[in-house]
Amino acid sequence: MTMKSKKVKNNNTIQHSNLSDLRNEGIPFDSHIFEDIHINKSAVERRVESLGGRRSVKKEWQAAWLLKAISCIDLTTLSGDDTKGNVHRLCAKAKSPVRLDLLDAMGMKEANIHVAAVCVYHNLIADAVNALGNSSIPIAAVSTGFPAGNIPLEEKLKEIELSVAAGAKEIDIVVSRNLIIQSDWKGLYDEVSACRKACGEAHMKTILATGEIGTYTKVAKASWVSMMAGSDFIKTSTGKEPVNATLPVSLVMIRAIRAYYELTGYKVGFKPAGGIGKAKQAISWLILIKEELGNDWLTPELFRFGASSLLGDIERQLEHFVTGRYSASYRHPMA
Amino acid sequence: MKIKDIYETMEYGPAPESTIEAQAFLESHNRKFQLFINGNWTESSSGKYFDSINPATTEKLAKISEASTNDVDAAVVAAKEALPKWVGIGAHKRARYLYAIARQIQKHSRLFAVLESLDNGKPIRETRDIDVPLVARHFYHHAGWAQLRDTELKEYKEIGVIGQIIPWNFPLLMLAWKIAPALAMGNTVVLKPAEFTSLTALLFADICEQIGLPKGVVNIITGHGPVGAALVNHKDVNKIAFTGSTEVGKIIRRATAGTGKKISLELGGKSPFIVFDDADLDSVVEGIVDAIWFNQGQVCCAGSRLLVQESIADTLYKKIRKRMESLRIGNSLDKVIDIGAIVAPVQLKVIEDLVQQGVDEGSTLWQPSWECPKEGYFYPPTLFTDVSPSSTIAQVEIFGPVLVAMSFRTHKEAVKLANNTQYGLACSIWTENINLALDIAPQIKAGTAWINCTNVFDAASGFGGYRESGFGREGGKEGLYEYVKPRIDELFSKTPVLKALKKSKVDAAKSLSKLAEIDRTTKLYVGGKQARPDGGYSNVVHSRNGDYIGEVSIGNRKDIRNAVEAAHANTDWPSRTGHSRAQVLYYIAENLSIRKEEFANRINEMMNCGKADADKEVEESIERIYYYAALADKYDGLVHHTVHRNVTLAMPESIGVMGIVCPDESPLLGFISTVIPAITMGNSVVVIPSETAPFSATDFYQILDTSDVPSGTVNIVTGTKKELATVLAKHDDVDGIWYFGNQEIFKEIEYFAADNMKRTWGNAGTYRDWMDKAQGQGDIFLRHASQIKNIWIPYGE
Repeated sequence: MTMKSKKVKNNNTIQHSNLSDLRNEGIPFDSHIFEDIHINKSAVERRVESLGGRRSVKKEWQAAWLLKAISCIDLTTLSGDDTKGNVHRLCAKAKSPVRLDLLDAMGMKEANIHVAAVCVYHNLIADAVNALGNSSIPIAAVSTGFPAGNIPLEEKLKEIELSVAAGAKEIDIVVSRNLIIQSDWKGLYDEVSACRKACGEAHMKTILATGEIGTYTKVAKASWVSMMAGSDFIKTSTGKEPVNATLPVSLVMIRAIRAYYELTGYKVGFKPAGGIGKAKQAISWLILIKEELGNDWLTPELFRFGASSLLGDIERQLEHFVTGRYSASYRHPMA
Repeated sequence: MKIKDIYETMEYGPAPESTIEAQAFLESHNRKFQLFINGNWTESSSGKYFDSINPATTEKLAKISEASTNDVDAAVVAAKEALPKWVGIGAHKRARYLYAIARQIQKHSRLFAVLESLDNGKPIRETRDIDVPLVARHFYHHAGWAQLRDTELKEYKEIGVIGQIIPWNFPLLMLAWKIAPALAMGNTVVLKPAEFTSLTALLFADICEQIGLPKGVVNIITGHGPVGAALVNHKDVNKIAFTGSTEVGKIIRRATAGTGKKISLELGGKSPFIVFDDADLDSVVEGIVDAIWFNQGQVCCAGSRLLVQESIADTLYKKIRKRMESLRIGNSLDKVIDIGAIVAPVQLKVIEDLVQQGVDEGSTLWQPSWECPKEGYFYPPTLFTDVSPSSTIAQVEIFGPVLVAMSFRTHKEAVKLANNTQYGLACSIWTENINLALDIAPQIKAGTAWINCTNVFDAASGFGGYRESGFGREGGKEGLYEYVKPRIDELFSKTPVLKALKKSKVDAAKSLSKLAEIDRTTKLYVGGKQARPDGGYSNVVHSRNGDYIGEVSIGNRKDIRNAVEAAHANTDWPSRTGHSRAQVLYYIAENLSIRKEEFANRINEMMNCGKADADKEVEESIERIYYYAALADKYDGLVHHTVHRNVTLAMPESIGVMGIVCPDESPLLGFISTVIPAITMGNSVVVIPSETAPFSATDFYQILDTSDVPSGTVNIVTGTKKELATVLAKHDDVDGIWYFGNQEIFKEIEYFAADNMKRTWGNAGTYRDWMDKAQGQGDIFLRHASQIKNIWIPYGE
């Protein structure tokens, strides 16, 4: 990540253009800002449904957009059986996600295409550090009692500190869902603020676990509180809930990001995670981001996919673009 | 473009839909289309052709035949000759044909979508994702109604030959809305597509051939206005269904006045899009995109008048402007656009002129910074703020991508602004408060109310207007009634049904000597009070045998005016529950029953029908009041099966203030049979009683006075029927008028009613036997006393 931390005066009439590089420092808790939010579920779903028919990218555009998608992937492995071995493979793939002959055919050999980050559990950070060597790819660690988050706050903070010390440049935290379910917004703010503080220079992605929140209105409020508490990214899911990233829930969250930006001048990033395994889905998300937030957000600094199998599908689509033939997964080096 | 550059800019590229199949279809007709008459492609007798243009590129697509009057005649003859066989094959076979049409359209859905998009200029997304699926759905839905006609609509039969004239904004969808119910109910049709957009109708003709639809059941004739006029005026056309401008709708109303030719009119609109301060504003913005930038705003029900609560107006305007910047305009076949081309230069000119007028009148115009394509007919999305209700652009239908915005302070003011229009097609209401939404929806004079959504359609729900947006519904069960007629109509008499005349018992010479008794002056009854006529004149009324009976006030135009005002002032009656109205109706029956001797004697005195027959008329009147009292809380609406997660309420609402011109022949029962159903549905009425036998009605106001009927519910103005009925028909604050009498006056009434599109109903030169229950009562009376509003309520949290 190239974002720099700077102090910003928080008055509500900030000139946005001067602030595009500022890290979100959060704002004081103020429930008035979000308490009147109402999200109309049917209308949100209608927007998402209609967008699929309004925008489409084909041919060169599709290839370029898919490469962009790769550059926004947090290439992830979060399994109980993760070892040094598969993390090494993952890191190798992260550095070289697309076959060179394909990149060459697309005129992208020199473009330094790599994924945005490698995302692992705390215990695998050291292996990832080793594997990535001096590459610029950051390591993201899931933290704070991932995926359920039901551990004491002190332990959460300790885990963050350990992960940062172990070399993680990005921390994906899970919030205590019970705070959201009980509408304890101040409690949520305090928890996220504390985590942010523990992260220090490491960038923090706050996972809301939207599949367990129940209503879009609460998703929007939780998004607001997480941003107010200084999250660098807000993220839909752990990938472990029954329902993970969906386009409608993403729309609700990125509209909150837009409103927060309009209010504060801080650009907060967005990370959908879980269930995004197809190139076509990736394009849908990029379109949603472009339409609702604009091109500024179409960079790894502000947008990530949390995904493990997505890359494989994109590789096959890229080969199809280059050769005109449908591809097979075994033709691409595995992660 | 190099991938590397796109990777940096992340721009969209072109994504054109192929037109190969559509071009092949045009070639299969040598790009020269004939008329589809009696199942054959027929050369127009005019020998003339005109071009159909792709408005996005101005490229010529094909030549289209200009039908002549002779061709119209041939098409009507074909439809008429096909009718007996089409009726004869029965409901199930008709259902199979409709089902086959639906399937065939689905099989060729992309061809229809591409062709429509080419011909009209609308985005392929809309034809592919919205129009064509709705078309198939309409035929499927009506295949069902075809099957059910003989069980669900037993009392009705087909009308005959239907002339259908459709607009260019949804060419194929409007065809489906017209043809599907017409065929389902056993009619045959002659359809004229709009001259700008004939192609999908001609492809539809191909489909009819492919599925083996019997020849002559569907005839497609192309051409300009005169073709439509010839169809409207054709003597063998039994009904006209029209969708288009209010201006032409009025011409059709006048042309068919008094003929008994049934018409349904789907006309213009200036539909309000109302946003309350608790709405989900980001969703509202997308709603606005769907409301006014759908089909370039060339939508009769487009949410073109934005009404925003003052406290959020600036915030919303800002969001809208930002959203407008990211709208994309371009070739209709491009899959990455939101807005396509305007259908034709003439429409583009209308839009440009009205926008200029908006600017000239001082409203603030805002358009996005990007430019429209240079070739083709394009107009950018446009927002006007600083608009007042008196601005031309706030009143006139622009039929383009132009939104005019106004703010309101209170909920009451929102309703007032929303209803401040001659139109009444649709409205869209945005609030997260269901109490508010369901409070506002019934108050807006419009046939469709979309809550937190807009431009949602489904075959199972009726669509149609209030006020000058026309009348009749399309879709749902309510739409079927436009394509059937009651079987009982065939029993109506050619002359008034009068009881046998008996000798009068009274002394024929007896006249003013009646004054020996205490004088009983009949007055007008206005606003719950007896009123002397403005003119100060009275007429002598004689019995059928010529005996002097008494004098009756001669009401004039001012009395009508006062009566209409009194009717409008009555807000109590329309707001009552069905049960409450039933209670009042029963009370009326009770009080009539107490005075039945007096009323029977009065009938006998006027009609010389004998006491026994007069008694029967009173008894039947009491029963008729019971009939409607019984229905008052039972004639209710439906919840339609429409789209996913949506409650669609089809609610019968009152028409408003109605004029009732009673039949002459049954002085009491004729009055009861017409006035009672009208007030049962919550209307307030201005009644012109029997001119020759007015006293049953004037005696009746004492019953109204003693039966808890709110003042202004029933207003009675006696006098010269023709004169008073004409004043009522011309009164722009009267919403509907019923006339039971001779054809000559009926024609005048329907002619004058066209000006404000008031709903009319009558027998067009035939006469009911009011004593016959089958003819004198029924839910058809309630249907004509109400109009269906469909309220769409999406749900889910």
